[in-house]
Amino acid sequence: MTTLTINGQDHQFDVPDDMPLLWVLRDVAGLTGTKFGCGAGLCGACTVHLDGQAVRSCQTLVSDAVGHRIATIETVGQTPAGAAVQKAWLDLEVVQCGYCQSGQIMQAAALLAGNPKPSDGDIDSAMSGNICRCGTYPRIRAAIKQASAA
Amino acid sequence: MTRIPDPAGFRPDRRSFLTGSLALVVAASLPLGSRMARAAAAGPFAPNAFIRISEDGRIVLIMRDVEMGQGIWTGASMLMAEELDVGLDQVEPDFAPPDDKLYANPLLGQQATGGSTSIRADWEGLRKPAAIARRALVEAAAREWKVAPADCTVERGVVRHAASGRSASYGSLVALAATSPLPQDAPLKDRKDWKLIGTSQKRVDTRHKVDGGATYGIDVKLPGMKIALLARCPVLGGKLVSVDEASALKVKGAHAVLKLEDAVAVVGDHYWAAKQGLDALAAKWDLGPNARLTQADIVRGHEEASKGEGVVARQEGDPDAAIAGAAKKLSAVYQLPFLAHATMEPANCTVHVTPDGVEVWCGTQVPTRAQAAAAEATGQPVEKVRLHNHLIGGGFGRRLEWEYVGIAAAFAKQVDYPLKVVWSREEDIQHDRFRPYYYDRLSAGLDADGRITGWTHKVTGSSVMARWAPPGMRENGIDPDAVECAEETPYDLGPVRVSWVRHEPPGVVTAWWRGVGPAHNVFVVESFIDELAHAAGKDPVAFRRGLLEKNPRARAALDLAAKEAGWGTPLPANTGRGIMVQHAFGSFLAVVCEAEMSGSNIQLKRLVAAMDCGQAVNPDSVRAQIEGGLVFGLTAALYGEITLDEGRVEQTNFDTYQILRMNEVPPIEVHLVESSESPGGLGETGTAAAFPAIANAVFAASGKRLRKLPLNLDKASSG
Ligand code: FES
Ligand code: FES
Repeated sequence: MTTLTINGQDHQFDVPDDMPLLWVLRDVAGLTGTKFGCGAGLCGACTVHLDGQAVRSCQTLVSDAVGHRIATIETVGQTPAGAAVQKAWLDLEVVQCGYCQSGQIMQAAALLAGNPKPSDGDIDSAMSGNICRCGTYPRIRAAIKQASAA
Repeated sequence: MTRIPDPAGFRPDRRSFLTGSLALVVAASLPLGSRMARAAAAGPFAPNAFIRISEDGRIVLIMRDVEMGQGIWTGASMLMAEELDVGLDQVEPDFAPPDDKLYANPLLGQQATGGSTSIRADWEGLRKPAAIARRALVEAAAREWKVAPADCTVERGVVRHAASGRSASYGSLVALAATSPLPQDAPLKDRKDWKLIGTSQKRVDTRHKVDGGATYGIDVKLPGMKIALLARCPVLGGKLVSVDEASALKVKGAHAVLKLEDAVAVVGDHYWAAKQGLDALAAKWDLGPNARLTQADIVRGHEEASKGEGVVARQEGDPDAAIAGAAKKLSAVYQLPFLAHATMEPANCTVHVTPDGVEVWCGTQVPTRAQAAAAEATGQPVEKVRLHNHLIGGGFGRRLEWEYVGIAAAFAKQVDYPLKVVWSREEDIQHDRFRPYYYDRLSAGLDADGRITGWTHKVTGSSVMARWAPPGMRENGIDPDAVECAEETPYDLGPVRVSWVRHEPPGVVTAWWRGVGPAHNVFVVESFIDELAHAAGKDPVAFRRGLLEKNPRARAALDLAAKEAGWGTPLPANTGRGIMVQHAFGSFLAVVCEAEMSGSNIQLKRLVAAMDCGQAVNPDSVRAQIEGGLVFGLTAALYGEITLDEGRVEQTNFDTYQILRMNEVPPIEVHLVESSESPGGLGETGTAAAFPAIANAVFAASGKRLRKLPLNLDKASSG
């Protein structure tokens, strides 16, 4: 049994150490807000927070997550940066299909938590690992700026 | 805040609809007292296939269009809420069950969401039923109060009679309204009375898309469900020969190996177990007749086919003679690659086969076809297949296919538990159904004054229509999609011939892809027009204007885009502007792209779009669709290409099938032309426009005319 701390609570899972966190979250813990996009660290759809840092859960093994605080989209609204990002996302109508947006929001919330006034360059470097097939990038940029001004 | 569909709430399945409408018919023939009783027991007021109003005031609007990001649930809800006189916050959208009779899109003749037709179909098709429902409710109140319906007003679903001071909510009128036959007709609101249409409204589907609560097909959770990961034969047309089942089943959490003729799946407790099992399986395949197929074969096949005559889609005058006698003659070949959809949500479908029937959970743009596919794969009658449609994590035409439902059902019928069949990203890209390859030959002549004397355009490519909707083919054999926006351009081109050669390449299945025919032909036509403008020594905007005398809406869009983009003003070195204009999907769109070249690297600097889509129902949503559509097209213009080698698709994931990212996307401005024309389509317009806008910008910046997509200066043969 492995103990993982997810969204403030300890959970026991009977899963292999080398299993990516993404599948523990989605298929074992039932937290399907975190999305599968590529399974290869290329798209950012699976982004979660590990001790407040944005990580790709498809590339984070269970053994790397043990003893760290894991936070997912389901609770990101409880942090000031997460709430500001969610609000800006809705205010500016960022979302289209929405499938990438859990990852985008987790990435943006981590960015703003560490860097409350990011420049365009900061936004580019933080966000360019997150693909949006619906092309919502201009609105994501605008929403990050709005959230950072909040 | 608008509520989003509540999975525990009532589902407008076929049965509840029938109960509702039947109740109305039956009730109308009974004496008043028992009519009331019957109506009260009948459930929600169901005046038609789209509207359900409960006694508690809940208003559910049943969406015949699927929501895959394009915002149609909001647009369609606005149209109905407007005519119902309720607020957008008072309605809940819900999924239509599979039913071609009730939920066919009249422009497509079937229950399908595609071709940027939804808002056009709904403009005609959804406002009227809502107006009739409103009238039924108002008349019910008026009857009860013994006043004239015309003296009643409605606001936010409350009917009022000012003179008597009486009021009643829709919910309280449901039982009464159900006791009378429905009004045959009702007038639509005058535009001056619109409260919603034409105003930017918040989307109704997004609240739980920002908190992880929205459920896509891939998120389905069912008691006892297991996860299957599949591998299909790497080459189309091959077969499964053998697998090392024992090794796969040694993986902890792996439960079963399921086989089809050309695919295999490992079932696990979770994706990871299934994946480990699949990796251990060492599947052996008979690769079949396409095992040696290369991309060069595919290109050569199109090139050879394009030498044929083809079928003429449109001919006016004698373009050959007109070109032969021209002062200047131009001819060119344009080539467009196969493209994958690469929706962010990989293909997936969950199926539970029981002795009593089949349940299917997935996202589909074609619910009845998905239902039929599950029926066929399981050998059950269609009536026994219950389909639960979902929000879709990107459609782009991928979910107009239904094969992934049939495949999932064929696996699921081998087990007795609910099976979620998931495609890895690699499977999703390699075994997608692709936008056709196109090989187009064009020629045109210019007279001494630089005016076009004649134009010919021969398209060569696969026909999606012939497979997907054979009745859509014309009697003369023309696939209208293959020549859409080639046959009719916005321009006055003089003598013209547009023809098409059907060529079906081996090794792939072709499919609809965002932008469909226009995403191919608008690139070719607008690039070649640009070539002619430069050959004539004319400014590309002025040259186009001269051809648009008879097309004021296209010309106005062109002018607006040029003005807003600062057309003609100086630019930094190695930077150029490209322009295009199109009349596609019932809308007029012009786009200016500014691009900078650093070596062979293309950097996007700015995009300016001018859109005349007639009446914009939800203007902010129109802007969002153009922005997103442009990015989708630019991605393909810069990177999109599926190629085959030894019959296998060479691209596998987002490293080899690249998608434009945040740092590559420039500011996008969208300017809307005020219009009261009927709404035009939106979702695919920006995608079609992106290709020529960027290609013409690259020419302006580099002097290199790129006639092959994706745009690649290193591989460009001539300037
Ligand atoms: S699913 Fe993890 S980066 Fe794409
Ligand atoms: S909103 Fe659809 S992929 Fe980003």
